[in-house]
Formats: sequence, structure tokens, C-alpha cells
Amino acid sequence: MSTEPPAGAAPAVHLTAITKRFPGVVANSDVNISVRAGTVHALVGENGAGKSTLMKILYGMQQPDEGTIAVNGKPVSFGSPADAIRAGIGMVHQHFMLADNLTVLENVVLGSEPRKGVGLDFAAAHARIKEISDSYGLGVDPDRLVDDLGVGERQRVEILKVLYRGARTLILDEPTAVLVPQEVDELFGNLRDLKAEGLTILFISHKLDEVLSVADDITVMRRGTTVASVSPEDVTARKLAELMVGSALPVPELRESTVTDEAVLSVEGLTLVGADGRTVLNDISFTIHAGEVLGIAGVEGNGQAELVETLMGIRSPTSGTITLSGKDITNESTRHRREAGVGYIPEDRHRQGVLLEATLWENRILGHQTRKPNVRGPLLDRRGAKADTERIVVEYDVRTPGIDVNAAALSGGNQQKLIVGREMSGAPILLIASHPTRGVDVGAQAAIWEHIRRARADHLAVLLISADLDELIGMSDTLSVILRGRLVADHDPATVTPEQLGSAMTGAGRED
Amino acid sequence: MRNRTARSILLGVAAPVGALVFAALVCALILAVTGHSVGDVVDAMSTAAQRPRTLVNSVNSATVYYLAAVAVAIGFRMKLFNIGVDGQYRLAAMLSAALAGAAFMDSVPSVLRIAMTVVAAMLVGAAWAGLAALLKVTRGVSEVISTIMLNSIATYLVSYLLNPARLAVTTAGSNNIGTRKITEGGQVAGFEVSGSSTKVFGLVLLAVVVGFLYWFVLSRTRFGFELKATGLSESAAVASGVSVKKMVVISMLLSGAVAGLVGMPQLLGSSYTYSLDFPPGLGFVGIAVALLGRNHPIGMMVASLLWGFLDNAANSLDISGVPREIVLIMQGVIVLSVVVAYELVRRYRVRAEQQAVGSALGRTKPLEEVSA
Amino acid sequence: MTVGGLAVGLKSTPTRRGKRLSPMVYLIIAVGALVVVSAVRTLSDATDLTSSGTVQAALTAAVPLAMASLAGLWAERAGVVNIGLEGMMVLGTFGAGYAGYQWGPWAGIVGGLLFGVIGGLLHAVATVTFGVDHIISGVAINLLAPGAALFLSKQFFSNAPGGGQKQSPRIEDAQKVTLPGFSSWLGTIENKHWFFVSDLAGVLRGITTEISLLTLLAVVLIAATGWVLWRTPFGLRLRSCGESPAAAESLGVNVYKYKYYAVIASGGFAGLGGAMLAVSSGQFRDGQTGGRGFIGLAAMIFGNWRPGGLATGAGLFGYTDAMALRGSNAVHALLLLLGIALIVVAVLQYRSGQIVLSGVAAAIGVLFGWWYFSSDQVPAELVGAAPYVVTLLVLGLASQRLRPPRFVGEPYRRGQAI
Repeated sequence: MSTEPPAGAAPAVHLTAITKRFPGVVANSDVNISVRAGTVHALVGENGAGKSTLMKILYGMQQPDEGTIAVNGKPVSFGSPADAIRAGIGMVHQHFMLADNLTVLENVVLGSEPRKGVGLDFAAAHARIKEISDSYGLGVDPDRLVDDLGVGERQRVEILKVLYRGARTLILDEPTAVLVPQEVDELFGNLRDLKAEGLTILFISHKLDEVLSVADDITVMRRGTTVASVSPEDVTARKLAELMVGSALPVPELRESTVTDEAVLSVEGLTLVGADGRTVLNDISFTIHAGEVLGIAGVEGNGQAELVETLMGIRSPTSGTITLSGKDITNESTRHRREAGVGYIPEDRHRQGVLLEATLWENRILGHQTRKPNVRGPLLDRRGAKADTERIVVEYDVRTPGIDVNAAALSGGNQQKLIVGREMSGAPILLIASHPTRGVDVGAQAAIWEHIRRARADHLAVLLISADLDELIGMSDTLSVILRGRLVADHDPATVTPEQLGSAMTGAGRED
Repeated sequence: MRNRTARSILLGVAAPVGALVFAALVCALILAVTGHSVGDVVDAMSTAAQRPRTLVNSVNSATVYYLAAVAVAIGFRMKLFNIGVDGQYRLAAMLSAALAGAAFMDSVPSVLRIAMTVVAAMLVGAAWAGLAALLKVTRGVSEVISTIMLNSIATYLVSYLLNPARLAVTTAGSNNIGTRKITEGGQVAGFEVSGSSTKVFGLVLLAVVVGFLYWFVLSRTRFGFELKATGLSESAAVASGVSVKKMVVISMLLSGAVAGLVGMPQLLGSSYTYSLDFPPGLGFVGIAVALLGRNHPIGMMVASLLWGFLDNAANSLDISGVPREIVLIMQGVIVLSVVVAYELVRRYRVRAEQQAVGSALGRTKPLEEVSA
Repeated sequence: MTVGGLAVGLKSTPTRRGKRLSPMVYLIIAVGALVVVSAVRTLSDATDLTSSGTVQAALTAAVPLAMASLAGLWAERAGVVNIGLEGMMVLGTFGAGYAGYQWGPWAGIVGGLLFGVIGGLLHAVATVTFGVDHIISGVAINLLAPGAALFLSKQFFSNAPGGGQKQSPRIEDAQKVTLPGFSSWLGTIENKHWFFVSDLAGVLRGITTEISLLTLLAVVLIAATGWVLWRTPFGLRLRSCGESPAAAESLGVNVYKYKYYAVIASGGFAGLGGAMLAVSSGQFRDGQTGGRGFIGLAAMIFGNWRPGGLATGAGLFGYTDAMALRGSNAVHALLLLLGIALIVVAVLQYRSGQIVLSGVAAAIGVLFGWWYFSSDQVPAELVGAAPYVVTLLVLGLASQRLRPPRFVGEPYRRGQAI
């Protein structure tokens, strides 16, 4: 498909038939997008749909193999971000691109510094930043050290950086992922101001409600290509989601309840004060029974990651107790917790889940290096580990030519299936699953759900953390919402709607 | 599968061989530019290779280098840089020499006496390395910096202790200062080799045992697995239940203990006293050998023999009028080019394997993976 | 602080940043330190502590150290760890010997600089282009450089008049200048041994009398480095490569290019340090650097990766060096100084709530004090270890004040930015 530029003004950005290949992979194929000047244009798609690659191409960080880019009607070719910046395109990265040890001023002017002789003209830089900050209501102090700024402020510094370079088109890569709800509102306010000044915004997200509230046009990507261009008035969140995954959504669903009254994990008054003195977890209490899935909903960055790491013993709580099957494990090591039957599917598999440069069977041992069939006493049982890896590969449908390849060679979905298979081995009594189906294709997603369901029928207690509300509602026996480190509401997954959950997650549904 | 293994071995060998060839070319170029004959050097080297004495000396040097390399490699496996093997070895050799040479030791049975000397050396090495481990786990001080500092401190400490007022004696008839000579009961006999007046260090067996233990612990035990896991991904190791602090302490102590052994072959096999002729810089040779041998027990053995041969063959270069330092240049170039070559091979491997798996399964990888 | 490697033990606590000291505060600290020193001098009767001769010797010793730590600063500010400094200094000493004996001291300085640049270039190619671990490349250069220098020395100096296999012919020393009209007058005051006044006179006389032009050059280079790195766009870009290469790249800064500039400059400064060492001691000699590259690294850490700080560190370490040459009475007094400094650290740590650290610092401080009062002298062999011990103490007891560049030691590959 292709989009024709609308009549009248040339589109701010026009991408035609972009294709990008990596060794063994096609990341983008035949991508077409037209962004009208002076609008907020949303680009939505699943993780892995090729959005990031496309944005890197548009920002000159990668070069397309085929296709053309036109900015304001003029064809351009970007060899580096510097070229894109020159063409008036700026990018606000999802992970902030800020140097903590430098001041706001230094971060902003870096790369296009005002000069006085060979020196940097600090006075001019100062004045210019102040001016931009004031005219868009960003409220940024040029002399502060970035290290001292909060998340919302950092994002405004990022936006200021882009504006300082005279960008007329701003790319925002999942800008709300790290923001708390008020900050999201402020950001959207800022975006509307920018639009009012005639700037164009390309907004990448997979949070569909946000997209529907802020975008003027929406382009949907799937499997590396653009599949639809729609306008927000014409679609619902559900319709958009179906466009993203390409079929009617598979809805995870639990059958009959298997919840018993045997408490497996009890958390009492868990509080964690971060290194910076901020309270990250605030008096959290809950109980998960055998055969129960407790789902935790929340906007990312509200303490989920810290909760999981505290439960795993990677962080120590400031106060509160954690009880596993009647035994206080608050001060136990990660190893003891694992040996006591805690399985762990981490949020970021590359960081915590696999050793990329080790073979699959070595990855089978990881996290289970004190237990059969991987070891006999202090010695590794290589044969046992290999045999059991073969079992996981078959049972969990890990697509691999063998168990001697490195984990890095597998796709993300297959790495995830390996992790799930591993964590389900050794008869765990509790599974802590953080975004278990993130970045995984639809088929693998259904398989992972099925495995969790089966284990639950076998009396497994599960703590499920996810950003996918349908997954949470469909898989959980009980649902809690986490907001700024507190569990603020409980919902019955049988009756709650994603909309209700969404408002609870943003704090809109709170009475106080 | 078989094909892949064959190719994998080929790739593994290609890097060091390539580096050797490159280094040889660089040296040939340098020799040519400085007006020496490359042929003379090759001749001198190959003549040296035929002399039993040179070979014995090479094996003896290799024994020492191998121990130093193992000490370094233990840390390398978990991305821990023990730059301090040098200081650990010298302090350990000096103190254990003082112990072994002490008068009361003369009455101790030979085996026990040797064992005590070796254990003392291991303890001293471990303790000196332990300081760096302590600073790292309690204060986050980079072990690179602390071990560099500890190397220099060890140098001054040794020269302080090696004083007639303290642990040293003056050798009669010379102004050489050293620890009291270890009498025969504390010595380790060497192996005779026909055609050579020098013997092969008896403690060459120690190096073999250490190499075997190194292989066994690293590839067959849980500890070895956790060491490797920590090196590959600290965060994944932590999530899997590894206490990285404990690992740092244990592996630093082990590394230091092996470093303590480095001085033993020479001390107990030929010089019998610690004096200032114990070569400095062995720790750095250990790093070079561990790099060239890729921390692999056999690889390091080959590398240490090569290093030992180059060092000893260098002696015959001076005779033929070529500065022997051409060998040092060659060694330096080998190290630099071998690490570059390994890095290139590693990158190539990751890409090739992804491609191979991708085409074997006939599908495309999800896209974020590639770009991330 | 990181030098790549494992993150274990690093506190995620935001470092408590010391407020930037104003020049006034600096002056007060300097005067305070001098008061303490002169008190110790009066107490222990170690006149050498502040004599102009000591100060002169300290300056001479400090200059190569300062250059080495500047070299470290340039590389590390761009994110590249350079433990190859020692090797690059060695190359510098040879370069100075080669050019110096033939065409005079200033040619020697240039020669040393150029040889250092070669070392820097090698390190840059390995670490930046090929992504080799910085430590490993540094070690390799430290192995390579002394061999190369000795090879070249045999090649070029063996048959030169006055040279030998392991040393170059004589190099003329650089010119020395004296601030006219100051020296003798200050000397009179110095010899009165008045509390504080004579000490101040001794120090002032030391820094105004018979000062080598090389020392002045070093001062200029330290100041220039501060200006270039902190007050120019070039410096900002260079530092951004060490603080957040991804951010720099995303703004169109060519990270590789700036890392190359930085590491080459680093090699140049290290070579310069070697050259100054060779020129001021009159010739190239094998093994001349004697670990000064590592002391330079230590001085840089001591100085918290800032030019003023590293100059202080180099000065301090040069001072201990000079003291070692002055005999044991003066060195003995150093013990007391160290003890006092540790007690000060203990008090500061206690006030910022670090009870355990404060206790450790106080205990070590008391230990040094006890050593001072229970002995008459310090063995000369141990004095050389002072810079290293001090650096370990700083790292161990005050590391939360240190702010190394955030990404120092991390290999960076283009396109890593997500």
C-alpha cells in the first residue's frame, strides 16, 4: 500500500518504499508513511514490528537499502544523525540520551555549540536555552546537573535539545514509557503547544489509548511493514490492536478457578527506599495461594521492576516481610529463594535471563546450578543438563538446530521459550513472571500462556506483571494495580474492563 | 554439526596463527629497515631451537609463565583483571624463601618443608590479592587500579624486607643480597636432559597439576560455571543466584594463590634464595600468555612454550649482532594483534551463527533483536 | 569508579558531590595546610619539609608526573582507560634522547612528544577501531614499548659518542629562569626558621628560583588543558564521549574521531612527560621511567579527573619523591602529616554520616601517628611507596567524592545508540 501526500502543503516527512535488511533478517520492507506538517502523527505496532529500525533510518542512524525519504517535499539522504538534524528532524529517544555528569546547558548545546573565538560562548548558550524553555513552557534551568533532574525534567531537556537544533519535526520514541501519569499529561500539554507553533510530531507508541487521545493520524506497522493508515475518529483501541497483530486478538483465558487456600507467597508491609531516598515501594502487602495467578497492572516505572527484584532477593527491602510457604525468606539470598522453588522470568531477558554467549544447555543450568539434573554435588552434570535441555526444546517448542548453539543465535521468542521451560523445571511452587510474552510473536505468546495455565492447574502460584492489559485480565485470578510504589486497587478480572484498569493505573479512578 | 565444529576450531586457530604471521612480518620489516638480515635472525633462532640447553631453558621459562598465565586467567574468566600477579608473586616468593631458608626449617622433613614453602607462598599471594578484592567488594575500587598500586607497593616492601637488618643475608664473596639459602632438604630436584647442563625444573609437574585443576574446576564444577556466567553477564549471574561479591573474593584469592606459585620453580629448583635477580614483569607476561592462549589450559600451555622459546632464543641473537629486543617487539606485536584478531573473529562468529540458525530454520529473527 | 569490568561493590547511591571549591576556599585550604606543615616542621625540626631546595626538587619530580596524569586525563575524559601510559612515557624518553642529543633539548621535547603520539595512535587503533579491551591494549603497549625503546637504543646509541647500549649521549638541559630580586631576600627569611613565615618564604623561593622552562611549559599545559576541555566546544564534545557516547553520537558528534584525538593527545602528553624526564636528567636511560606512568595515573585519580586536582596530586607525589632524596628526618615528619590528613578525612566522613569509613580512617590515622611517635625514622625503601599508598587510601576512604567519567573503560561501537 502507499499513501498519497495530501493536496496542498508538502508533507513534513514522506517515506516511500523503505526496505532495510540485516544479516538473515528483513527489518523493514516496503514501508510508506506520510506525515502532514503541523500534526501529531502516531506510529503504532507491536514490539518487533520494525518501528525502531524505521526511526533510526529517519534519523540517519541507519541507512535504508531501498526507498526514499522526502522532507518538506525535498528528497534527502541521511548518512548520519547530523544530516537529519540539518534537515530539521530531531529525535527524543526512549532511553534518554543525556550525560549525567554534564549540565543541562552542556547537554543541550553539545554538537552545535555557539562559539566565541575557539571557545564556547556560554552566555549566548545560556540566553538561547532560557528563551526556548520560556517560549514553550518547558521550565528548564540550564545550569543544573542532569544527574539531579527527575525523569519528567530530563525528558523536557531532551525536547529542548531537539528544539535548540531548530528541529521542525520531532520524533518521540515511546515517550510515555517512563513517565508517571501527571508527567504524561504535562508531556501531552507540551506536545499540543509545539503543534500550535507549527511543529510536526511523530509519536511512536504501543499504548493505544494514549495514541488515540493525542494523535491526528495513525500509521500501523506489522512485521516490518506499514499495514494501515487510519484517523483516530474512525477506530477503537481494540480495532487498532487487531491491526497491529494482524488477526483477531488471541484472548488469554483461564478456565475454571484452581485457587486453593494454601498461601504460597505472603508479602507484608514491603517498603523499599531507593538509593536516592525516594520511596520506590510503599507498604505493599498481598498473598498468592497455590493455583492462583495474581496479576499486577501498572504503568511502567511505578515500582514493578523493584518489586520483582525485591521478591527475588536481588534488592533488600527497607522494611516488611516476605514469607514463602510459611517460611520467612526476607533475608534469604537469591540462591536460597530459587532453591526453595521460586521460578523467575525476568523483564529484560538479555540482562537477567540468558547468557547470550553461552550455549543453550549452559543456559539451562543458569539459575538452577545447585539442582538436579544440572549438578551432582559441586560438579556439573553436563550429560544431565544436556538431556534436560533437549526435553525443554521439545516440550516448549524452542526452534533451534541444536542445543550447542549460543543463545544469541536464537530469536527473542525462542530465547523466551527456553527461559520459560527452564523456570518451569524442577517443580517450582512460585513463578514470578515479568512481562513473560514481551517481544514474542503471537504463536509463542499463546504457548507461553498455555504453559502457565497448566502449571497453575498443578498448584503453581504465579505473580504476573505485564503491560498488556488483556493478558492480565485473561490470565489472572486476582488483579492489583500498582501506582507510585503502592498497591492502590484490587479488581476482579472477571468483571473489570481494560478501561477501568487503565484509569486505576493512572490514578484517575482514585477517590482520595 | 560436525562441519560447524571443524569450522569453529579453524576459526579459533586462525586468529593466533594470523597474529603470529603478522608479528613476524612486522619484525622482518623492522629488521630490514634497521639494516639487519632477516635470514641471520631465522638462522640464529633455528640453531637455538636445536640446542638442548635452549629447549630446557624454554621449558623452564614456560613453567613459570604458565603459572602466571593461569593466575591471570582465573580472574579473566569473570572479567576481573588481576594486574597484580607481579606484586603477588614477588612478595610471595620473597617471604616463602625467607621461611624456607630459615634455620629452624633445616630440621623439618623434606616433603613437609617443601609443602610448607609452597603453601606459604600461596597464602602470601592470596593475601596480597585479597586486599584488592576487599577494596573492590566493600568500596567498589577498580581492581585494575588497586592491583597496579599494590604492585608498586610490593616492590618497595620487598626491597625494604630484603635488607640484612631484616630478612636478608649478604652472600659471602659478593655484594649480592638475598634470603638465607635453602639447604638441600628444602630443594626440589630437577630432571636431567642429555646434552644440557641445566635441568628441567622439578616443579614443571606443579604447573601441569595446576593446569589440570584449572581445567577441571572451570569446566566441570559449579564454581567454574558461575565464574563464567559472571564474566558473560554480571546481571544474569546475580539473577541466577550467584553472589558476585563472594565470587570476586574467591577468584581473587585463588588467582593470588596461583600467583604465589609463580616464583616456586625458580626458588626451589635453581636459585634457592630470593634475591633481586627474580625477574619483575612476570605478571605481565602472564597476561600476554593468557590472552594468546585464550584462557584455555592447552592454549596457554602452547603460548607459554612459545614465549619461553622466544625469550631464550633471543640470547643467541645478540651473538649474531641483532639486538635481542627484537623479540620483545615481536611479543608485543603478537599480543596486540592477537587481541584484535580474536575480537574480529568473535564478531564474525556471532553474525555467522545467527545467519546459520536463521537459514536453518527458514525464518526471520524479530527485528528489535538485530538492531538492539 | 569503573574501568569496565564488574560493577559489583559500586554503590548506586548518587555520589555526594563536593561543591566546587572557589579559589578563595582553595587558598584557605592551602594556607591551612602550610600552617599544619610548618607546625610539624617546628615540632620535628625537619627543616627540609619546607626548604626551597625541597620545593625545587619536588617541582622537578612533579613535572613528568603531571604530564603523565594529564595524559591519563585526556584519554579517560574521552572514555578510554590508558594504562599504557608507562609504555608511552618510555617511548617519549627514547624520542627525547634521540632528538635531544643531536639537536638540543627542545628538539628532544618534540621528539619525545612524537614518539608518545605513536604509542597513543596504537592504543587508539586497538581500542577505538577494533574495540579491544582498554586494559589489555594498555598492557600490550607496556610490553611492547620498553622492548622497542631498548632495540632502538642499541641501534642508534651504541656507536654514538658518549652513548651506550642502554643510554643516549648527553642532552643539554633546558634553560632555567629566576624571578629577579626575590631569591636572596626570601632566602634570608627562610633561614630564620620562623613559624609559618619562613615556611612560606621557603615555598615561594622554591617556586621562583632556578625554574626550568620545562616546568613553566608544564604549568601552561595544565591550564591549557583545563581551558580546552571545559571551555571550548571541542572539549565538551571530547568529554561527552566519556560521559555518554550514545548521547554524543545521537547529536552528530563523531565519537570515534574525538576518542582518536583524545588518545593521541594522551600519547603525546605521556611522551612529553618522558621527554621532560630525559631532558631534565640529561640523557635517555633504559628503565628511566620507573613506574612514573602509573604514579601519573594515581595522581589523576587523586585529583578526581580534573586538571587542578591532578596538579595537586602530582605536586604531592613529587614532594614525597623529593623528601625521599632529602633524608629520613624529613620523611619521618611525613608520617605525622599523613596521620593528620587521615584524621581530617575521618572527621569529614563522620559528618557525612559514614561512620564505618570514618572509623577506619581514624584507625589508620592513629596508626600513622603512633608510628611517628614510636620511631625515629622511616626506612628509605618505603618512602617510594607513599604515592601508591595515598592513592589506595583515597580510593578506599573517600571514593564517594570521586567522579570519574561515567563511561570510562567501556568499549563503544558506533550505532550502539538505541
